[in-house]
Amino acid sequence: MKEIRLHGRGGQGVVTAAEIIGQAAFADGMFALAFPSFGSERMGAPVQSFVKISDKPIRARNQIHEPDYLIVQDSTLISMIDVTSGLKSGGLVIVDSERKPEELGLKIDGRVLTIPATKIAMEIIGRPVQNTTLLGYFAAVTGLISFDGVKKAIEERFPGLIGQKNVQAAQKAFELAGEVVNV
Amino acid sequence: MKMMIEGSMGVAYMVMRCRPNVIAAYPITPQTHIVEDLSQFKADGELSGEFINVESEFGAASVVLGAQAAGARAYSATTSQGLLLMGEVLFNMAGMRLPVVITVANRAISAPISIWNDHSDAMVMRDSGWIMLFAEDNQEAADMHPQAYKIGENPEIMLPVMINMDGFILTHAVETVDIPSQKEVDEFLPPYKPEEYLNVENPLTFGNLAEPQWYMETRYKLQETQEDAKALIEKIADEYKGKFGRYHGGLIDTYRMDDAERVFVAMGSIIGTLKDVVDDLRARGEKVGILKIRSFRPFPKEKIREVCGHVKELLVLEKAISFGLGGVLQEELRSTFYGQKHQPKVLGFVLGLGGRDIPPKSLIKLYEVSKGKEISNEFVDLRPEVAPKGSLVTL
Repeated sequence: MKEIRLHGRGGQGVVTAAEIIGQAAFADGMFALAFPSFGSERMGAPVQSFVKISDKPIRARNQIHEPDYLIVQDSTLISMIDVTSGLKSGGLVIVDSERKPEELGLKIDGRVLTIPATKIAMEIIGRPVQNTTLLGYFAAVTGLISFDGVKKAIEERFPGLIGQKNVQAAQKAFELAGEVVNV
Repeated sequence: MKMMIEGSMGVAYMVMRCRPNVIAAYPITPQTHIVEDLSQFKADGELSGEFINVESEFGAASVVLGAQAAGARAYSATTSQGLLLMGEVLFNMAGMRLPVVITVANRAISAPISIWNDHSDAMVMRDSGWIMLFAEDNQEAADMHPQAYKIGENPEIMLPVMINMDGFILTHAVETVDIPSQKEVDEFLPPYKPEEYLNVENPLTFGNLAEPQWYMETRYKLQETQEDAKALIEKIADEYKGKFGRYHGGLIDTYRMDDAERVFVAMGSIIGTLKDVVDDLRARGEKVGILKIRSFRPFPKEKIREVCGHVKELLVLEKAISFGLGGVLQEELRSTFYGQKHQPKVLGFVLGLGGRDIPPKSLIKLYEVSKGKEISNEFVDLRPEVAPKGSLVTL
């Protein structure tokens, strides 16, 4: 089983991102469980969500304390909360940032990758909602879910033009990943 | 069809498949998505029943009471404070023998305000006369709805049924749920045809005054019917398995209990986490299993005794407490074995209140450190600054 924890702020689609990962895994023929950790929901407040992916049905309902992967949708959270808490040794952190990974000051036993997801989302979608963009990148660098799965999940979730724009942004990030790294 | 959807949507689909004539509900976290999904189905023209907007949970409960009394199949959903506000009406539905089904997205009770999961809300209603079922996962929560109507509407039963599913942990979890077709559900659940209902041709009164020479008989009948429902709950679970191929237990379910000496007892979504924990402990040679209480009312004493013949210890894990007594479930387990030839030791733990996460490592630790101890009302994973000296498992 692989466990993914997502960090962001209310309004950034952190819960939706977890659900899309789960739906992409489902489309790929795997089992997944995606669930939120709501605080008192409000725009801008720190929010976490969780996804577990496995080739077997997932039974355990506990939150993810030792993730294999972390997705940080808002890099300003890094100075506020311990986003990398419990990250497994050799784990991977993906941060939406225009900065280089080493500039973020994350001290972990694992790898950090950055992708200017908000910038890409602004260019293609026209709104600073970068969750789907990050998922294209996540699919590329982890291989845990396919891009086709992500595309299908986004299209089901957001039918019509807005879905297509989100797919385009995810595609752009997916392609960018190829230039950066291949895991 | 298998779908990757939120637990709430799975429930909404199955409620729609049960063809309720009347739905009335007031939105409250974490039940909200169930009601939103149902009202969306209604707006899209998929749901044929009436969807009645109300001003409160008291109104919602009153509307479904009235609808059911008029011969309709009715549905509502709520949680926590909303369930408390429904309280008076819930007792009336049981007393009037109206087989309404409601889904409770279990949540803690104020004060202090907590929107998160535990079973305190359901426990308040345990003496209401309702049949109370607890779901382990979203498939079971969905599958319970046609079963619940079929149990409650049985002419020999005629009782309301409360389906409990853990708030957020299940309601907001996206996982695979297999939703049967309308045709399949129609074949399993026939239309509701009550023998008696409010009808101008044949005027009746429901819930009228019972003077002392009659009231006790109504209570006797409620108790008798709860006992009768035990066999029916098992039968309908088997029937569901025959029709849909899925079985989540009858009154109870068991996991790796055949030779188990120590057995976890619990209700709801923690069962899933416990299955992973038990597999881990089994791999280390521990003889451990799980007893899942699926029907809390009626409480399956006989069935529990039947499966515990070889069990030495029951580790009861519960998400509620009756202040001044302790854990309700642990006391009911103790009473189940009182005076019996075989009396497993009952250890009682309270955990997960107000949404506190229950990590497998806490469960493994409590399993290990509780060996050979007498334990009642042991709070698990308290903050150390509050935990009393000698607490077995703290944060």
